[in-house]
Amino acid sequence: MNFVQRLGNNTLDQLRGWGHAALFFWEMLLAVPAALSRFGLVVAQIYAIGNRSLVIILASGLAVGFVLALQMYYALVTYGAAESLGLIVNLSLVRELGPVVTGLLFAGRAGTSLTAEIGLMKAGEQIAAMELMAIDPKARVLVPRLIGGVVSMPILAVLFSAVGILGAWVVAVKMIGVDSGNFWSIMQTQVDVWRDVGNGVIKSIVFGVICTVVALYQGFETEATPEGVAYATTRTVVISSLWILGMDFILTALMFSTP
Amino acid sequence: MNSDTFIEIEHVSFGYDPSRLILKDISLKFPRGKVTAILGGSGCGKTTLLRLIGGVYPANSGRVVFDGDVINTRDKAQTYKLRRRLGMLFQFGALFTDLTVFENVAFPLREHTALPEDMIRDIVLMKLNAVGLRGAAALRISEVSGGMARRIALARAIALDPELIMYDEPFAGLDLISMGVAAKLIRTLNDVTDATSLVVSHDVAECMAISDFVVLMATGGRIVAQGRPEELMASDDPETRQFVRGEPDGPVKFHYPAPPMDADFGLSAQAATP
Repeated sequence: MNFVQRLGNNTLDQLRGWGHAALFFWEMLLAVPAALSRFGLVVAQIYAIGNRSLVIILASGLAVGFVLALQMYYALVTYGAAESLGLIVNLSLVRELGPVVTGLLFAGRAGTSLTAEIGLMKAGEQIAAMELMAIDPKARVLVPRLIGGVVSMPILAVLFSAVGILGAWVVAVKMIGVDSGNFWSIMQTQVDVWRDVGNGVIKSIVFGVICTVVALYQGFETEATPEGVAYATTRTVVISSLWILGMDFILTALMFSTP
Repeated sequence: MNSDTFIEIEHVSFGYDPSRLILKDISLKFPRGKVTAILGGSGCGKTTLLRLIGGVYPANSGRVVFDGDVINTRDKAQTYKLRRRLGMLFQFGALFTDLTVFENVAFPLREHTALPEDMIRDIVLMKLNAVGLRGAAALRISEVSGGMARRIALARAIALDPELIMYDEPFAGLDLISMGVAAKLIRTLNDVTDATSLVVSHDVAECMAISDFVVLMATGGRIVAQGRPEELMASDDPETRQFVRGEPDGPVKFHYPAPPMDADFGLSAQAATP
């Protein structure tokens, strides 16, 4: 096979893969009403995906808040702008770090778990058994997890930002000695609920869809072997992370193109 | 179609990769209300045949007829409607590991019926009693043995009283007692429920003992022989004799196709050297 044939072959494979993934997503959307009729399953998944990711999200949010306050203070104090610390920390967290870091952590914590779970269900023929019982595995297994992920992600991102701001307050006010009133009041005057917080939430919803769909697709399409599941789990993290970073740039450009 | 035939395979060819066929132009009839064993070595397409009957894959050519209806895998509604009439026992049970034994058997009932919970409880306990595991209802799947898992899966497969029960390697990996129990259950369930049973296996002795008809398949999706168990046991055909007697070499070769020994070990080159 010469270079041109290989290139054509790879391009066709890629396009086929994209089409397959798009069809998979479309079939999941069609199964949403059926999944919502089993509301208990959806609630169980919100608990499984959201609640179990809480510790890592809160711990990371706190750590990011600590570091952000320190780094920003040292930079701002050089220009005599230390009173803007609360604003900088808040905007950094709610606009960018909250959704993006939560998305990356979510892909690592919940995404890998979903891929491995679905992959092992497939390897154990549980998915095939469901199909042969005339039960649609997309409606029964995948879509409740998709809804669970999409609902959990913005809540986790908001909690990440909130804990991050509290962490920054501890470092800035209690350790460095920045004025507490100034720290909070500049946020109240300068941070817009819809433009800043709202857009951050929209970003996290988009990232929630990306992470969960990628994780479920990789699990559902995995080769039913231990190596296949391991490979699919790795792909979940890599693909989700790249998508999050790419989409973050596009969304930021669309949302914050005007000052 | 003859009403005595429940499943008919008509000139079916199938391969996951269409250029490498697993089943080649096979035609079979599975009689209604009987136990039919599909015997053959590993990889000859027995399980694939069950999947085609279940409408999991479309045949590359030919057709599969399920009680008079041609299976069209593109028609999801029709496929699901037909699947509600069958139960399948998977090789390793395919039980849902996050559910208890009771919940596994109740699963198809809860998904497909609107029965009240106390009625579901009674049906589940009856099905578990039929496989001798009523006392294990509260156990988790991680707490049951391989033989028990197979019986739980059987209870789940018969939960909705299917007209067709397909067994994929029901005896694989079982000890002698569990194997005897499984064989007796297959025969008894078939007689009691009047279902049509298809048993895919390579366990000759157990299958010959419980089947009404036997189909012998060979690698490449060929049908070597079919008939009543006693006919196959008395067959003069070398391939049939080799399989039912478990002879290591015969028409089915012991060695995987390979280049001649001389070429592989370089013996011909040595012999040519003076």
